[in-house]
Amino acid sequence: MNGAADLGGMMGFGPVDDEPEFPKFHDAWEERVLGIIVALGACGQWNLDQSRSARESLPPATYLTIPYYQIWLEAAITLMRARGMVTDEELRSGQQLIDPIAVKATLHPENVQKVLYAGGPVDRPEQGEPAFKAGDTVVTLNSNPTTHTRLPGYARDKVGEIERIHGFHVFPDDNALGIVENPTWLYKVRFSAQTLWGEDKNPDDTVTLDLWEPYLRALE
Amino acid sequence: MPHDHSDGPEHSHLSDIDARVRALESLLSEKGYIDSAAVDEIVDTYQTKIGPRNGAHVVAKSWTDPEFRNWLERDATAAIHSLGYTSRQGEHMQALFNSDQVHHLVVCTLCSCYPWSVLGLPPTWYKSPPFRSRAVIDPRGVLQDFGINIPDDVSVEVHDSTAEMRYIVIPERPTGTDDWSEDALSKLVTRNAMIGTGFALLPAEAS
Repeated sequence: MNGAADLGGMMGFGPVDDEPEFPKFHDAWEERVLGIIVALGACGQWNLDQSRSARESLPPATYLTIPYYQIWLEAAITLMRARGMVTDEELRSGQQLIDPIAVKATLHPENVQKVLYAGGPVDRPEQGEPAFKAGDTVVTLNSNPTTHTRLPGYARDKVGEIERIHGFHVFPDDNALGIVENPTWLYKVRFSAQTLWGEDKNPDDTVTLDLWEPYLRALE
Repeated sequence: MPHDHSDGPEHSHLSDIDARVRALESLLSEKGYIDSAAVDEIVDTYQTKIGPRNGAHVVAKSWTDPEFRNWLERDATAAIHSLGYTSRQGEHMQALFNSDQVHHLVVCTLCSCYPWSVLGLPPTWYKSPPFRSRAVIDPRGVLQDFGINIPDDVSVEVHDSTAEMRYIVIPERPTGTDDWSEDALSKLVTRNAMIGTGFALLPAEAS
């Protein structure tokens, strides 16, 4: 969807303010949100792309003005309400009013290291042959889905070159709908900065994106 | 109790968000969806165990061990995992090597994708609109915000992390470090150098 999360190329946000490596959190609530969101993953009620979809579906003015961990918080609340995990009344009171729904698992401290270090790979057994190879010229879709996509607005309907095949990965546009992973070939695609942004850009500068095969077609 | 820092006199000054998060954690614990002790453990892991020193180790090893560097070029996922850095948001890795001809910069314009396994949690600016909006359209301007000027004859390659590939920039090894150990070299490697918004420190800057 063309939501506020699709920020590439927007203007007017001002300079980037660097910050030191420490502290890693600016408020205690940020720590708790990070930990709660990671822990909730064990419940198995949504996947990565569903959580990204919920975040980018926040109203644009909200998305652009709240702290990043609050974006995670609001999206998680949306997901939990939609699944009947919590109700508005419970959120207001902070107390359980209805029985919990059945979840896949609860993450306990003795399993945290195992879960964090196992991660969640998204490559899947390869099926068929990739349509493109390194060096091929491709053009990206001109498409404006109202659901989740990882093809940013600034890179739609642009000509680029396949740099490498990353592998066979879960397709987020479908996975975000929560029905099938529909894995497909993932490529690293290189675009000239001039192609994306105009001829006043340095002719040697490039932007690469990681794009799935359904986003690409061969340049006729 | 979900967490033990809520009962002091500062309680009445808690911000709305602080209070909401406390209520939520309490509710989710009561409903059995989360265990606050696990939340503590997750936070502690990212505070103290998983951070940019992991990536600095990868970089320093690539500077001193040509075989490892070669492995990193061919299969960064396996090379980095061989050092024990296997955790989430590092499942699929590629290393980007800076040189005198190319400078790499990593961004995630769509959200906050970042190589947690080697750099830990991203800094606030990495997740915020000023960086995410401008890194792709004006990377040289963004680098100037960090005090870096890239000459026109050095190309800037921006990598927008739109999938689950995670990127670590391997900065150039500073001159004057020929006889340095891997451990000493790793202290020259900053978080920003591995995102591409900085260079490795010079020996004089490290002390």
